[in-house]
Amino acid sequence: MEDEAMFLKQYIQDIWGAIKSLATGMKRTGYYFTHHKEIITQQYPDNRDTLVLPERFKGEVVMIHDENNEHACTGCTACELACPNATIKIITKFDVDAETGKKKKAIDTFVYHLELCTMCNLCVEACPTDAIKMAQTFEHSVFDRSQLTKKLNKPGSKIRAGIE
Amino acid sequence: MWSLSNIAANIDQWLNANMSPTWALIVEMVIAGVAVIGLFAALGLVLVIMERKVSAWIQIRLGPNRVGPKGMLQSLADTLKLLVKEGMTPGGADKLLFNVAPFVAMIVAMLLLAPIAFAKDFQLWDLNIGVLYISAVSSISVISILMAGWASNNKYSLLGAMRSGAQIVSYELSAGLAVLAIVVLTGSLRISDIIQAQENGWWLFKGHIPVIIAFIIFIIAVTAETNRAPFDLAEAESELTAGFHTEYSGMKFALFFLAEYVNVFIVCAIGATLFLGGWMPFHIGNWHAFNGVMDWIPSSVWFFGKTFFLIFVIMWFRWTFPRLRIDQLLNLEWKYLLPISMFNLLLVTLIAIMGWHF
Amino acid sequence: MFEEVGTTTEGDLIINMGPQHPATHGVLHLVVTLNGETIKNVEPHLGYIHRSIEKMCESLTYRQFIYVTSRMDYLSAHINNHACAMCVEKGLQLEVPPRAQVIRVLMDELTRLASHELWWGAMAMDLGAFTPFFHAFREREVINDIMEETCGARLTMNYMVPGGVMHDLHPNFQQRVKDFLQLYKRKIHEYDELVTGNIIFQNRMKGVGIISPEDVISYGCTGPVARGSGVSSDVRKLYPYEIYDKLEFDEVLEDGCDSFARYMVRIREMQQSVRIIEQLIDNIPDGEFQAKTKAVLKLPKGEFYSKAETARGELGVYIVSEGGTTPYRIKFRSPGFSNLSALNHLVKGGKIGDLIAAMGTLDLVIPDIDR
Repeated sequence: MEDEAMFLKQYIQDIWGAIKSLATGMKRTGYYFTHHKEIITQQYPDNRDTLVLPERFKGEVVMIHDENNEHACTGCTACELACPNATIKIITKFDVDAETGKKKKAIDTFVYHLELCTMCNLCVEACPTDAIKMAQTFEHSVFDRSQLTKKLNKPGSKIRAGIE
Repeated sequence: MWSLSNIAANIDQWLNANMSPTWALIVEMVIAGVAVIGLFAALGLVLVIMERKVSAWIQIRLGPNRVGPKGMLQSLADTLKLLVKEGMTPGGADKLLFNVAPFVAMIVAMLLLAPIAFAKDFQLWDLNIGVLYISAVSSISVISILMAGWASNNKYSLLGAMRSGAQIVSYELSAGLAVLAIVVLTGSLRISDIIQAQENGWWLFKGHIPVIIAFIIFIIAVTAETNRAPFDLAEAESELTAGFHTEYSGMKFALFFLAEYVNVFIVCAIGATLFLGGWMPFHIGNWHAFNGVMDWIPSSVWFFGKTFFLIFVIMWFRWTFPRLRIDQLLNLEWKYLLPISMFNLLLVTLIAIMGWHF
Repeated sequence: MFEEVGTTTEGDLIINMGPQHPATHGVLHLVVTLNGETIKNVEPHLGYIHRSIEKMCESLTYRQFIYVTSRMDYLSAHINNHACAMCVEKGLQLEVPPRAQVIRVLMDELTRLASHELWWGAMAMDLGAFTPFFHAFREREVINDIMEETCGARLTMNYMVPGGVMHDLHPNFQQRVKDFLQLYKRKIHEYDELVTGNIIFQNRMKGVGIISPEDVISYGCTGPVARGSGVSSDVRKLYPYEIYDKLEFDEVLEDGCDSFARYMVRIREMQQSVRIIEQLIDNIPDGEFQAKTKAVLKLPKGEFYSKAETARGELGVYIVSEGGTTPYRIKFRSPGFSNLSALNHLVKGGKIGDLIAAMGTLDLVIPDIDR
């Protein structure tokens, strides 16, 4: 008799505990159902104008050009060597100095394969003259893969004076 | 007075005045059929968008918000997509059973609509064994699931179907016993009688604690019967990918999907009819002014309001709880719900005999 | 070999769960032998996401190979990178500045928190509760934002370099971490309300997926899987690296040996991570964030091994150097692989639902298993 009473008590306690635990969960979800200010959704393409990415965000490699269309790249290929994926290919040429007539090594084309890049930042770290940096762009979709192979030095640009 | 019953009566009168009674009956049947199909389509659209919004708000998301005003036409767009999608039949499938199964599910859902009273004096078929009819017909829905699971020739589908079979057969019992509690109190199986008996108060309030227990058991059992989480073992996404409808696509899948939602609507409508007074407005004792205001609200609004409240509760379950395991599911039924509802039925019978209810 | 379709000779049902299956979190392929709902045998088939990272590393220099390891266990990318950087530093006998050490530990613990958050959500989703997944992402998102600000990326940061870290901390870092801790403490009780205390959840987890301490050791399980069976295996305590020996934190041990014990280990571990972050966030020493290194790193001839505690267990990095700029051979001892090997032991005799639950508590990241 005693055992049966204990069993019944335990049985009812179990059910009560179960209902209570379920009600706790429902209270929590009910709270979120009624409190819409907790919603964390960001409506991405709509908030493009207000979207601010941190300045360190690694989106793609770009070459820094100043207002005179001059960059700081000497064509030393440190970045090319640092890159784990052969993303960067630097083609050099020899400029002839107009005054002295000396030949000087300079970049012809800085080829950057965005499709191979893993944004590891090692090239930027390796650059001795801070000629390249990471840009904050991230919408890289294009219709043709060839568009992902980029030429980073702008047409007509030349190396800034004083950078060796 | 613009009420659903008046409209129905006017149509009936007009038809009988203009054609022979046989033709009038046939036209009325066609109208009823079209109305039921229209109701199905509307329910599918409304319940899907409701489920998606409820889940989104519970999950601190916005939910669909692109198609139409506030995303309210999202389910219409989904339906359109499902309509134009190819309905494939797998190579090894039993073609006949595979293609028939979704229609069986739909037909069962349609049959269940017959005895439901949508508003005052607005009912397709007020048969004298309404409650029995409902519990009998709703059991057929398991056949469509078994058919789909077997015919798909897919192991996940088969497992899902077998789970569903075990589940529905068990939970029919306690759902039936919970319904019986109200039948005992009313003394009638006719839906209109049951609603009429709640004129001075809903059974949930009149029947003391035993009826509240019966109501809770009813809600749990019908959640299980309609294969909704936390009892969605037949389609347990993380275990059986999609369970019995793994191989279905396009409109055939949409029919299963629709049947699930219509079934949810129907069981909630039955719950509202039995426990919450169907279309009966909410009355408090002798507060005549208050009761007058309540009477002013149309009966169809009362009915749909109660039904949608119960649907919301079932959705709330779904987005809160984890899923049970198959043996725990059966444990819950045979070790907890069934004994409790049997004992509860005795209590209700005692209340009915002694006339202790209000 | 197994039969592709059909049943065994005894009439058991064989199901190929995966490589595309909602609960295998990636491309794991389980060949499950079933007798009705009861599991008779589970055989994992690997290799669907094998990228031969170890071989790739042999052609990369000691600076370059670290970024690849982010792609192993991508949820603890920082800790993978950390283990590799430590191994290279061991070879170079490089002293890491105190500031860099503290930054590394801070990042490791944030990573661990983020990883456990994701696990918690995915775990609940495996059991059929969808809501916790989104709630877990709310907190994880804040950590990811902190990472993004300081490291420049959200998942594969490549922040650890031999000799320290790549950038100094962002000026906002301390404030944002403090804000996060406040948010986290405000929300932590919801985890219990939604999942831990839930009767259905407890019934699904308690008493299933049992593995004894002896079996844990013989299977080589580490991390929360081992600690759930009461086996002390926290590398941070047993073989302290960086500044872990100076920090106050507990190694979380549970003796339930079941799925629920492994669940509780991770839940409590999150609180320990918060404790570590709280100790460090106001005490970041000044100084260099990176030791001076040569432009080209060359490890002396020899073998080097270092290990770190990732969110999943012990990650070992073993480098054999011939004295050149690239490793001669690299071997990663990944925690997921050993933990997965215990799966059959965990679920034999259980139901399909138990398989999913036990797999959830192993916290498998498939790229970590296949590499």
